[in-house]
Amino acid sequence: MIIYLLCLMLFCCGLYCILRKRNIIKIILGIIIAEYAVNLFFILVAYRMEGRSPILSSEVEIVNMVDPLPQALVLTSIVIGLATTALLVALAMRIYEKYGTFDITKIKELKG
Amino acid sequence: MAMSNIIPLFVAISLLGAFIISIIGKRLKWLPDLIGSLTTLILLVLSLITVRIVATQGILVYNVGSWKLPIGIVLVLDGLTVFMLVTVNLIAFFVSIYSINYMERFTSKWKFYTLFLLMMAGMNGVVVTGDMFNLFVFLEIASVASYALVAFGTERHELEAAFKYTVMSTVGTLFILLGIVFLYSYTSTLNMADMANVLAQKGMSNIVVMVSILFIVGFGLKAALVPFHAWLPDAHPSAPAPISAMLSGVLIKSLGIYTLCRVFYNVIGINSSLSLVLMVLGTLSMVIGVFLAIGQWDFKRLLAYHSISQIGYVILGIGLGTPLGIIGGLFHLFNHSVFKALLFLNSGAVEYATGTRDLQKMGGLMTKMPITGTTTLIASMSIAGIPPFNGFWSKLIIIIAAVQANRLGYAFWAVLASILTLASFMKVMKYAFFGELRNKWSEVMEVPFFMKIAMVILALICVVGGVLFISNINEIFLKPASDVLLEGTKYADIVFKGIQ
Repeated sequence: MIIYLLCLMLFCCGLYCILRKRNIIKIILGIIIAEYAVNLFFILVAYRMEGRSPILSSEVEIVNMVDPLPQALVLTSIVIGLATTALLVALAMRIYEKYGTFDITKIKELKG
Repeated sequence: MAMSNIIPLFVAISLLGAFIISIIGKRLKWLPDLIGSLTTLILLVLSLITVRIVATQGILVYNVGSWKLPIGIVLVLDGLTVFMLVTVNLIAFFVSIYSINYMERFTSKWKFYTLFLLMMAGMNGVVVTGDMFNLFVFLEIASVASYALVAFGTERHELEAAFKYTVMSTVGTLFILLGIVFLYSYTSTLNMADMANVLAQKGMSNIVVMVSILFIVGFGLKAALVPFHAWLPDAHPSAPAPISAMLSGVLIKSLGIYTLCRVFYNVIGINSSLSLVLMVLGTLSMVIGVFLAIGQWDFKRLLAYHSISQIGYVILGIGLGTPLGIIGGLFHLFNHSVFKALLFLNSGAVEYATGTRDLQKMGGLMTKMPITGTTTLIASMSIAGIPPFNGFWSKLIIIIAAVQANRLGYAFWAVLASILTLASFMKVMKYAFFGELRNKWSEVMEVPFFMKIAMVILALICVVGGVLFISNINEIFLKPASDVLLEGTKYADIVFKGIQ
């Protein structure tokens, strides 16, 4: 149980970082942390206590095996996260070129 | 050849187009225009063919990699899917024609078309898929392409808006993924039809409530419903005009509204509290969106706020849950795609000719740009709900449905929002197109040919759009789409029995 709570805390750390931080780079880090928390949670959902790896063999009877599907799905989700992060970092670089700062309180020309 | 082989083509053709353009588009200057328009034309024709297939043969199911139904990924073609495919590909075709001239102002047109077709692949994929995780993947393909397209101008405002949009939308995606994880752990399946069966057997529980909340936040962020709307008025005006038309016209609908409908009606199953949440969110968006829109002086920003307001109408209609309400909501979804895409193209035409988006600096452009002026007038009357145009009929149906369902309060707000919409578009017409022509604009020219033709055809669809509700056309286009939502979680049985 405790491990799920820790996972939730990690997610909340990420969200806090996104909502409260003023530096663009820290916001990006927040997104990465929250993303990892979700991925970790997905793996935890698949985990079985004292489970074995899900490989079919004729000798051993399969009783308690780890669910293999989420592991494949998490790989996909990590790759998607990579694409988003790369794009965000590229945007952050361009923003720094134009505004000369990473502080979002100074980057707000759009409003209304 | 099995009929269902047509389904994966919607994703494959757009990906192929993006691939070809990205490889050789840089060297051959004329190629991106040609491939872009050709791809979207093929997709439009294919989607019109599917209308006929579904009307005559029923639901088609395609098994990816020949894995049988509950195990592998399936692509499903039913009434609602067909409806969304036609909407998405129709707008995309006219937008790509329009971009031939408009995008001359930007360098590296081939990058634009590559991202545009990737976004199309994502949107078509979201609409055809019948698998929960697959939906998430296509959602991200479309979203990531749209982040890059919002930042396409790479000026100060574009970058700022794109950053805001990316952060908000990524948070939405995280909530959606978390919801999918919970659903998977509860049902041990990812197939939507199978999931609906398992959920129906297990009944409601706290996990389902939690998943519903996560999905409302996640898809609500994608659809820009009111508490989650802050990114839209920045992101949509900052993109180049054809992309604004795509984002407001179809992206928020296929990524937000379609997914909301599909998940809540066909997988989780609608109930009275969910329907109440949808109606309240819809009404809030409708009223707050229009109030924020009235005070705007930036043409595109005003249109972006109206998108929030019109999305509210769609959600209100669908949330009512009555047959008439759902038809009204879907009808308004189609109509809004057409007239909002047209209005954004018009704003792009004005910007193309004069170089400004500020309504206070325009004036009297009707004499210099008669076609842009007339099409804007038609689209404005459509969005404000003036009788012969399409917007009137769908708003009327939603309001009648609300009255029939004895929700007089919601009907009142819908009427009020409609009047305020009329007021704000009278402002647009008065400041931009009527009145004295300023000396500054005496040299202004009408926009080039391809931009004109796209705007004129969309305006024609606005004029004749009401036809869709005539019984024959309604039978094959709108009715099957609303039936899919009305049958609720019976969707599962229908998919399992579908033609493979």
